[in-house]
Amino acid sequence: MANLPTELVAPLADEVEPPRRSSHGVRRVLAPIREAQGLARFMLWSGLAITGMFVVIAVFAPWIAPYGHDSYESGGERFPKQQSPGGDHPFGTTVQNFDVLSRVVWGARTALEVMVYAVAFSLFVGVLLGLLSGYFGGWLDRILVLVMDTLFAFPYLLLAIVAAFMFSDVPGGGVVTAALAITVVYIPQYFRVVRASTLSAREATYVEAARAMGAKPRTIISKYVFSNVIQSVPVITTLNAADAIATLAGLGFLGFGIQPTEAAEWGYDLQRAIPDLGADMWWTATFPGIAIVLAILGFTLVGEGLNDVMNPSMRKRRIRPVVIPPITKPRATVTLAGGPRDANAGPDEGDGPAADVGVPKQAGAKEQAEATGRTKAEEQAAATAAAQLEAAAQPEAAAQAEADDRAETGEETK
Amino acid sequence: MSQKSGSLSRYIAMRVLLAIPMIFVLLTLVFVMLRVAPGDPISASAGGAKLSDEKIAELRHAAGYDKPLIEQYGTYLADVVRLDFGKSISTNQDVGDVILDKGGATVTLATGALLFALVIGIPVGLLAGRFRDSGFDVFARLFGIITYAAPVFVVGLLAQQLFATKLGWLPLDGQTDPLIANDIPATTHILILDAIWVNDWEVVFNVLWHLILPACTLGLLIVGVFIRMVRINLIQTLRGDYVEAARARGIRERDVVTKHGFRNALVPVVTVIGLQVALLLGGSVLTEKTFNWPGLGKQLIEFLNSRDYVAVQGIVTFIALVVVVISMLIDIINALIDPRVRY
Repeated sequence: MANLPTELVAPLADEVEPPRRSSHGVRRVLAPIREAQGLARFMLWSGLAITGMFVVIAVFAPWIAPYGHDSYESGGERFPKQQSPGGDHPFGTTVQNFDVLSRVVWGARTALEVMVYAVAFSLFVGVLLGLLSGYFGGWLDRILVLVMDTLFAFPYLLLAIVAAFMFSDVPGGGVVTAALAITVVYIPQYFRVVRASTLSAREATYVEAARAMGAKPRTIISKYVFSNVIQSVPVITTLNAADAIATLAGLGFLGFGIQPTEAAEWGYDLQRAIPDLGADMWWTATFPGIAIVLAILGFTLVGEGLNDVMNPSMRKRRIRPVVIPPITKPRATVTLAGGPRDANAGPDEGDGPAADVGVPKQAGAKEQAEATGRTKAEEQAAATAAAQLEAAAQPEAAAQAEADDRAETGEETK
Repeated sequence: MSQKSGSLSRYIAMRVLLAIPMIFVLLTLVFVMLRVAPGDPISASAGGAKLSDEKIAELRHAAGYDKPLIEQYGTYLADVVRLDFGKSISTNQDVGDVILDKGGATVTLATGALLFALVIGIPVGLLAGRFRDSGFDVFARLFGIITYAAPVFVVGLLAQQLFATKLGWLPLDGQTDPLIANDIPATTHILILDAIWVNDWEVVFNVLWHLILPACTLGLLIVGVFIRMVRINLIQTLRGDYVEAARARGIRERDVVTKHGFRNALVPVVTVIGLQVALLLGGSVLTEKTFNWPGLGKQLIEFLNSRDYVAVQGIVTFIALVVVVISMLIDIINALIDPRVRY
């Protein structure tokens, strides 16, 4: 558990303000991870292992890499050109006399740097805009939705290329340019998810209660809406981190990324390795290629694992054996079915039950929308239906059946 | 759910009208990104060459860059309405002609990739959903994740190395062997169709032969999405009340799954295809670069490298239009085949 990427935990831990609930918040986030089973467990742990290795290499690059990212000589002696792996250069050297091992190790640092910047930028902008848009609605909402949908529909790599092309004069060098280019691509994703969950959270009873007590919009958003909405973000964040690495490598491969003298970048190295392949020099392409795939795979596995764990439809088969088949009264099933889920979340919740049940529901609505394509009306309908059910606070509705057939429930309520 | 008659045509009309603001937003974004952003297109397009001030002024005037921005914006919109994408600064070609010329290869590649993804993705997704949590299901999910995680160009380079260089089974790159297709008249600008048109089957098979590697590479990028969607859809469909009802009526499980399950699970695939178009267009840039495929993406990279703002803007505008139109068509097709969509 120690090598959990901090970004998974930090936003939640920070946000649950009163200290009494702070450890509780963390526990609530970690609970599904601890209890993951089967494929999800495998994906989570193998993903975390790969990601942990990637982060360690990136952070300790100066100590791990034998040479600098752009050094072509050591002690006044020039490296051999395109030497096969072995001796001083375990991964060989490139056509530019670079040491492949050093490039790969330093490349991890570049990738991590760009990824952190890109995720932080897009998270900040996307979540903020999504909250405002979803909470206040009105013309701002309409315009933002239109712009974001348009950006979302546009081929992301082209967007990144054009952005990189335009930002190429931005001060701060290649890393910031690349991060900005990638940011543009991912803002719409956060925006859409956060806006959708804000829409349903806005109608929830506890928000209504806060509003009735005269809380300012600012307080409502930051205290009540934010901490409930943000729970759907970690999965996207990890998947985006993977995408950010892929996009950075893609930009580098096309020649719009970071210059080789500035920092080591895997995509650029691969591009330079294309002619080598024809000449049977496998090492210049293979090692950066493996590095890219592993880095992306690590984050993707973590994201997929988290998705499974937080998604009620995937978790169902673990809950099912606990449910004792109803003997005479359906009532008995309800209490039993409610049991394991509450155990997941922890027994007491300040503004709890609604928020807690809300998480799987959000994930459900999202998955549903993904599955049937992004018909926004549907997504919204499901979300509002969920909100209505929450408001009604019927124990039957909150129980398992609801989580299972969310689509159907949504349509019926409508 | 009572539907008023004529709701379909109303839905289609709404959808078409909705495309107009989308196109407008896209065009504005493209304009802002490429024109208002810093940097001087004219001197940039000259590369390192020093131009005299008069020459620069002349070029700037020819491209309309000396006018106020708002006027440039108006001209740009008016040009796009007439489907005029401007004239390249670096090659002096009409960008519309370039698009026509190179677009065919991209269409060929994207179609091949889509077919590959459908042929692999749908059966695998259906089987994985049907035998949920089996070994095959786990394999299918991991396969989808890994193919999604491996960037197009890494897969492409590996495939080239293995199938072209080492084994020599398939050609390394390009759309055809050199010189073979030079005398095919450009009727549709899609080489393979043109070759069929003039009954030149040697060229047809040559193109198909060259298409295998790039299409499979690009197809692998999106196959995971299909597997996942089909799988989730089937799982949800099989949970539906009508499936339960069919079982209750004593219909054989095999018929329940194939007739009630599969068909309904496949409806959303149309939507997914629409969503993948953007991914395909983006991925085709990388694939075309890797396999030296003479398409629009490769051309765009060349224009970007020569900092040809006008041509870049033209191609990006065109792609934006394509994306909007396709998403509109997909929504309409969806409404035609699935009555639940049009409420």
